[in-house]
Amino acid sequence: MTRAELLADDPLWLILIKVVVVLLIGPLLTVFMIVWERKAIGRLQQRPGPNRVGPGGYFQSIADAIKLPFKEQIIPATADRKVYFLAPMIAVTPALLAFSVMPIGPQVSIFGEQTVLQLVDLPVGVLVVLACASVGVYGIVLAGWSSGSPYPLLGGLRSAAQVISYEIAMGLSIVGVVLYAQSLSTGDIVEAQQNGWFFYLLPFSFVIYLISMVGETNRAPFDLPEAESELVGGFHTEYSSMKFALFFLAEYTNMIVVSAFATTLFLGGWMAPWPISLIGDNYFNSGWWPILWFFGKMFVLLFCFIWLRATLPRFRYDQFMKIGWKVLVPLNLVWIVLIAGLRAIRGESDVTTGQILTYGGIVILVIIGLSFAFDRGRVIEDDDQVPITGGGYPVPPLDLEIPKAPKRKAVRGRNRRRPAAVGAGTDAEKESNDGDL
Amino acid sequence: MGSYLPLFLLFVLAAAFALFSALLGPLVGPRRYNRAKLEAYECGIEPSPQPIVGGGRVPVAYYLTAMLFILFDIEMVFLYPFAVSADALGFFGLVEIVLFISTLGFAYAYVWRRGGLDWN
Repeated sequence: MTRAELLADDPLWLILIKVVVVLLIGPLLTVFMIVWERKAIGRLQQRPGPNRVGPGGYFQSIADAIKLPFKEQIIPATADRKVYFLAPMIAVTPALLAFSVMPIGPQVSIFGEQTVLQLVDLPVGVLVVLACASVGVYGIVLAGWSSGSPYPLLGGLRSAAQVISYEIAMGLSIVGVVLYAQSLSTGDIVEAQQNGWFFYLLPFSFVIYLISMVGETNRAPFDLPEAESELVGGFHTEYSSMKFALFFLAEYTNMIVVSAFATTLFLGGWMAPWPISLIGDNYFNSGWWPILWFFGKMFVLLFCFIWLRATLPRFRYDQFMKIGWKVLVPLNLVWIVLIAGLRAIRGESDVTTGQILTYGGIVILVIIGLSFAFDRGRVIEDDDQVPITGGGYPVPPLDLEIPKAPKRKAVRGRNRRRPAAVGAGTDAEKESNDGDL
Repeated sequence: MGSYLPLFLLFVLAAAFALFSALLGPLVGPRRYNRAKLEAYECGIEPSPQPIVGGGRVPVAYYLTAMLFILFDIEMVFLYPFAVSADALGFFGLVEIVLFISTLGFAYAYVWRRGGLDWN
């Protein structure tokens, strides 16, 4: 039986168990992630991190979670109260929903009932995850807008522009996977990786996915919506108590979801890594073992998030948008055409992959050689200089000039010159004389 | 529609969880308000007089990004059905999708040259 058929005849009690488990994955992992992140960043910065609450400090975020509802909830007088109330819920609900299509394991038996470790295996599973990511943006934008305060508004707008820009790069990087798996169902995509995981069959898609996944979740080094040095707290500046906690939960759940999605799409999902998969007769790829591989791969990716945050400084906004629109999107489109062409050629005629790679390599080398030949003598523009603006809202003018020399000096200079050149000096001359003093 | 039932159940539970959490704060938290607390936070200075909600001005570049997003998002959505049935379509599908991508490529090049992708 296929995965979808096994899932279709689940009894209601089993569906309810799965629903509750999938719902709890997000909050529980968030609680763990927060303390893990704080400890890991502490170690990376040569300090112990939280170490007071519980063994090794690992109960710190549980204490924080209990504390938060007992804090005063402040709604600013300028806020649009209905939207302000709804925004955190709009942010968190789709984030919790997205985990439903992740295939965590193969066929198992739960209390005598044959099923697979997945809530639903929809024929449009990939689209469900993308849709959940898109709807989550509404929560952020509405939170920023409804707070009635400038910093959250700017944070919300930035976040919206960033998330939608990187969603295109992310969506386009998934096209390669769909092309190879010939299916949009997440269960089928994992099963299509039995002969080779997509991260080395589609290395370029994988790299683009990893970059855009960090941009999509508003995490460092792309955490511009909540750039503390510029926007206080970003879109959730005006949120306190449990509503703030909901935004936190949404952010971390989104991280968990994109990591799980990367595992599913590129890292073989629940399948055991290479040397282990050879042991026995697929022993480690059956039963309950795959849960270990799935979450193991996911935690490796989650650690990368923490590592990035500890290592890299924040990007500047224009550089960040430039990478998204001018690098990731066009390269992605070229890559899609390339792999679609390769597949079509292989399907139509009996050309081997080796021949394609040889001829393709020659063509690419010729193009690179030509580009070097024509590149001489070109002036390279300095893209990293401070952007100079006209002082429009909301960016203050950055091309501030040093004020001119005080007037008294200028007058004295002119007085001294007056007997020699009355009415003879031009303005330019006066300027230069002032400078000499 | 049966296969969507678990998704619907999860949605109901997730929304209920979010609603419960959002209502928990005002229920058990303290309420000691004063005027200064309820002002919009602007690092301690007087809040800006202009009303942000409704009448606030928003930089126009964000609208441009949103429109470009729709353009490329639709392109992305059209690429998925092609990718699913690429093997069945063969060379015909490839030619079609290359035409489609290059048509959008012209629009993309135009936007790039007109500075629609610049953030300064």
